[in-house]
Amino acid sequence: MANDPIHQFQIARWIPIDVGGIDLSFTNSSFFMVATVAVASAFLYLTSSNRGLIPTRLQSVSEMAYEFVASTLRDSAGTAGMRFFPFVFSLFMFVLTANVLGLFPYFYTVTSQIIVTFALAILVIGTVLVYGFAKHGFKFLGVFVPSGVPAALLLLVVPIEIISFLSRPISLSVRLFANMLAGHITLKVFAGFVVSLGSLGALGIGGAILPLIMTVAITGLEFLVAFLQAYVFTVLACMYLNDAVHPGGH
Amino acid sequence: MATGNEPDQSGSVGNTPDAGKPLTSVELENRRRDLEAKLASKGVGRKTGSKDEGTGTASGVAQAMKLSSEFIAGVLVGAGLGWLADRFLGTSPWGLIILLLLGFCAGTLNILRSAGHVAENRGFELDKSDDREKPE
Repeated sequence: MANDPIHQFQIARWIPIDVGGIDLSFTNSSFFMVATVAVASAFLYLTSSNRGLIPTRLQSVSEMAYEFVASTLRDSAGTAGMRFFPFVFSLFMFVLTANVLGLFPYFYTVTSQIIVTFALAILVIGTVLVYGFAKHGFKFLGVFVPSGVPAALLLLVVPIEIISFLSRPISLSVRLFANMLAGHITLKVFAGFVVSLGSLGALGIGGAILPLIMTVAITGLEFLVAFLQAYVFTVLACMYLNDAVHPGGH
Repeated sequence: MATGNEPDQSGSVGNTPDAGKPLTSVELENRRRDLEAKLASKGVGRKTGSKDEGTGTASGVAQAMKLSSEFIAGVLVGAGLGWLADRFLGTSPWGLIILLLLGFCAGTLNILRSAGHVAENRGFELDKSDDREKPE
């Protein structure tokens, strides 16, 4: 089905692996995750291997990525938050590379699967919880208790704060997943119009120009969204990690 | 950067009277200080400039996605917790009703927080001796 906008998200088992009834097949999704890691690592390694004092264009791209993540993390979580820098930087590079790789025709968009983005979000929240409890012990639970609230209201406010905290990984993952999914479906639908209108003869070819312009425009927008969502994911991850480092002060 | 002992002339303006002469170290020092001051003022300008959000459609859509996902996540988590409570504690339907309402509150709180209308949860006060107190 060339015209099915959902077809691009189908998982194809490339190397079926089955361990004790659990499906661990190497799929197209797995392949593009490996490719994402490989491309991101290779890019960073190759662009920073020269280490020129005057950076080449590509070297300055990877330096910009580094400085962007470092300053975001330092702004939101302070110098103490910099211990999470390798984690946050890997996260940013993975999401960004996966988003950008997904824009190539016939490539699979890893971040359009909610389970992938949810795993990334759980990784962030899990780090917050583990580090928060390890560093502050049970005082970390104070993150759920706003200061200056009457004791009678705490019964209501604390559950709300807990639900609000638990909703973070969901909103974090749903945002990234929904943006990528919606963008790719829109792109495919408009591109499908071009084909089906073009097959209608001379008048159709004239009419097909409009969705073609739209497709070009949406492709540009999708590049913006790919960067923007990687940026938003990183900023929010930094904000949540700030809770782990400084549960008291914002 | 060029090596310090032989200043290159690429940066000097051609029509100044001493264009041909090599620069003294004092002049270079002054230049460096000027550049530093300029860069500092630019850096400050950029930081304050990045605060205001763009008003274009794309950033508006991004903002809408952000706020709606915050709200939906709150309601979903509330409903999910309520459903789990009902299932495992046998409190049906009260768990779902109460936690759905609380989830609605949490979703609203999420929105207001991410839009910056409600201060972030301050929680308990830790010792203030850490790096957050440094002016940035």
